[in-house]
Amino acid sequence: MSLEGKLEIYGLTDVGRKRSHNEDSIGSDTSLGLLVLADGMGGYKAGEVASAIAVNMILEEVRAGLKRVRPGDTDDESGFSRESMIVRDAIEHANQTIFQTAQSQPQCHGMGTTVVTAAFYDNRMTVAHVGDSRLYRMREARLEQVTSDHSLLQELVDKGFYTPEEARKSLNKNLVTRAMGIEREVVPDVQEDMVLPGDVYLLCSDGLTDQVEDEEIGDILRECRGNLEEAARTLVQRANEMGGKDNISVILARTLKPFKARKSWYSRMFDWF
Amino acid sequence: MPGRLVLSLNNSVLGEFDLDRERIHIGRKPENDIQVDNLAVSGQHAAIITILNDSFLEDLDSTNGTFVNGKLIKKHALKHGDVITVGKHELKYLNDEATSDSGDFEKTMIIRPGMASHAAAAAKVEATAPAPATTATSAGGTKEMPLGKVQVLNGRMAGKEMTLTKALVTLGSPGVQVAVITRRPQGYFITHVEGKHPVVNGESIGGQARQLKDNDVIELAGVKMEFFVIT
Repeated sequence: MSLEGKLEIYGLTDVGRKRSHNEDSIGSDTSLGLLVLADGMGGYKAGEVASAIAVNMILEEVRAGLKRVRPGDTDDESGFSRESMIVRDAIEHANQTIFQTAQSQPQCHGMGTTVVTAAFYDNRMTVAHVGDSRLYRMREARLEQVTSDHSLLQELVDKGFYTPEEARKSLNKNLVTRAMGIEREVVPDVQEDMVLPGDVYLLCSDGLTDQVEDEEIGDILRECRGNLEEAARTLVQRANEMGGKDNISVILARTLKPFKARKSWYSRMFDWF
Repeated sequence: MPGRLVLSLNNSVLGEFDLDRERIHIGRKPENDIQVDNLAVSGQHAAIITILNDSFLEDLDSTNGTFVNGKLIKKHALKHGDVITVGKHELKYLNDEATSDSGDFEKTMIIRPGMASHAAAAAKVEATAPAPATTATSAGGTKEMPLGKVQVLNGRMAGKEMTLTKALVTLGSPGVQVAVITRRPQGYFITHVEGKHPVVNGESIGGQARQLKDNDVIELAGVKMEFFVIT
């Protein structure tokens, strides 16, 4: 089922003010309801190789995989929808390709990338991520961070050594504890949620969130309400004004109408009572 | 370079210790890395976890407590010049080469997967009660998915249970009140979907996702149910 007319997407990536080249990659498919953002790392130009492999392979594999499933089916063993399994598998396969490339090509040695990907289907969404690229959701004018970073800082917050406020002031923000391409296997965090018309979703690299506070991201999304292009441009511009120390990437998606699968929205609502 | 600790009593220096290991124990018993033989100090008093250049102090439920710069702490991220007090002894933390804001640290770096979680999880296991499954880490530094269930407390279905194995479970009556419980690596979250906002422990959760804790009571469309953590 095409999500054309039900979901609107706008993405933007920018080199920032300090780096010589852009190692982020973004990609999306409105008809499929698929968004992918990756923040590459590694010497020379290998970072952008890693992030480009991630985005292209995930788009391609999920595109092919979605044709094979009936929307809304659940895998009994894992409790995830079939769509979630496809997204997870695509990330695992892209990881293997990046890892093998990094091992076999001397100029790619040590490269890696974060990834965050969102897939919309059947009034639901799946978000999967590795590393510190994030997904936020704006609903009823409130911004919420949906993903939890795989970073040293987040682990220290989780373990109680830092409050989130202290973490924001900490100097070593950029240590990720999970990334694609570093080991043969990677385990993405996968979660599902219900989608409501009017929701706005933001995928972003740390070039945005290291420079712009969550409160201000929320303000920008509220002010640009509905105009995704303006919101994306304003977010990138603000990150640059605040220093632009890293590449900045954002993909915004807004749900315009429900996009239920063949089964009715309400019959599936009744999971229990 | 990681930092070091200078142990002193009444301003006379007793020793100096490099924080060159992931975990260093402080206490009265001889098996500690830094032994402080004084009755005011607990057998296992405190631990210091060092990750790259930064060190973190954790009190191990000591009898008389651990203080940093005169303040009682449970967990503390150490800064150059901090003075740790255990009993009457002082340990000064020195690390003038701590992470700087310049150079390479602007670039995203990957630390060995599981390194930080390993250190932190080890602290959890040894220092406190058994670690919950959500903090368990494998070689890949990954979290296990949590497992929980809800049980109905009132009405016709009282006593009925549902284990929350799906990534997303919808609850409620369409057209009246609907909420969704999502399973995330860091726990279960309840979010409002339709109708009135759901109530947890007597309070409306509003529009935000709210993490469910063991024994939380959810009220939705007239049905009360209790959430339990299984693992």
